[in-house]
Amino acid sequence: MDLKLDHHSEDNLTIVDVEGEIDVYTAPRLRELLIDLVNKGNFHLLVNMEKVDFLDSTGLGVLVGGLKRVRAHDGSLELVCTQERILKIFRITGLTKVFGIYSSVDEAKEMHGRDK
Amino acid sequence: MATVELTFSALPAHVRTARLVATAIARRTGVDEAILDEVRLAVGEACSRAVEAHRLHCPDEPVRIELRDDEGRFEVTVTDVAPSDDVAPRVLAANGNPMPEMAGLGLAVIAGLADDVEVLPGPKGMCIRMSWPASSDGVTATA
Repeated sequence: MDLKLDHHSEDNLTIVDVEGEIDVYTAPRLRELLIDLVNKGNFHLLVNMEKVDFLDSTGLGVLVGGLKRVRAHDGSLELVCTQERILKIFRITGLTKVFGIYSSVDEAKEMHGRDK
Repeated sequence: MATVELTFSALPAHVRTARLVATAIARRTGVDEAILDEVRLAVGEACSRAVEAHRLHCPDEPVRIELRDDEGRFEVTVTDVAPSDDVAPRVLAANGNPMPEMAGLGLAVIAGLADDVEVLPGPKGMCIRMSWPASSDGVTATA
């Protein structure tokens, strides 16, 4: 399956819906979207990975790159992910300590609202 | 010992094909369903690394992957012919610009996923050999 990307804003938060496989072939598209969002002033990003079938280190690199960019503007990049096979790669690389990872968009929105 | 060999052009789009082939053969070899995702990810990482190394150094050379059913183990060897001093090549975006964020992560992920890993730099490239347990009568195990 290819990669499908969509995004919308709610209050101060931009939700990026990702569906499909994030790998060395498709990751550049996600990277371009995150850069574009930051360049347009969206500094609080929530990447919904509930429909991601596959994620490799290239995808992780793109997410880390996005995090660096939003942090440069005192922003945030957090994730929604409950799939064990995707969470495993975050654990192996120690990135569970770097990203806020939530079990639903609603939970992430609630936490984001508290932090505002 | 049953072996499948695959060579493919150093294009990111072909990494997915390599993953699918590796997963199919792993399943047929009798690798437990619970670790097929690990096989898929580790093979993808090794192939991504090889493809990016080739894109940097020798884009016309194909990447080679060998999948073996070896006495109760499923063994995968990914071989490239890019200079081996470049262990963690920069990933290039579709437009050719570097994506420096991921350098080195791929090998770390492979080490965390494969049951047994060997990284063998050679004068003409690098060879990553990984293996996982498989049932001795692979096809029967998946029937």
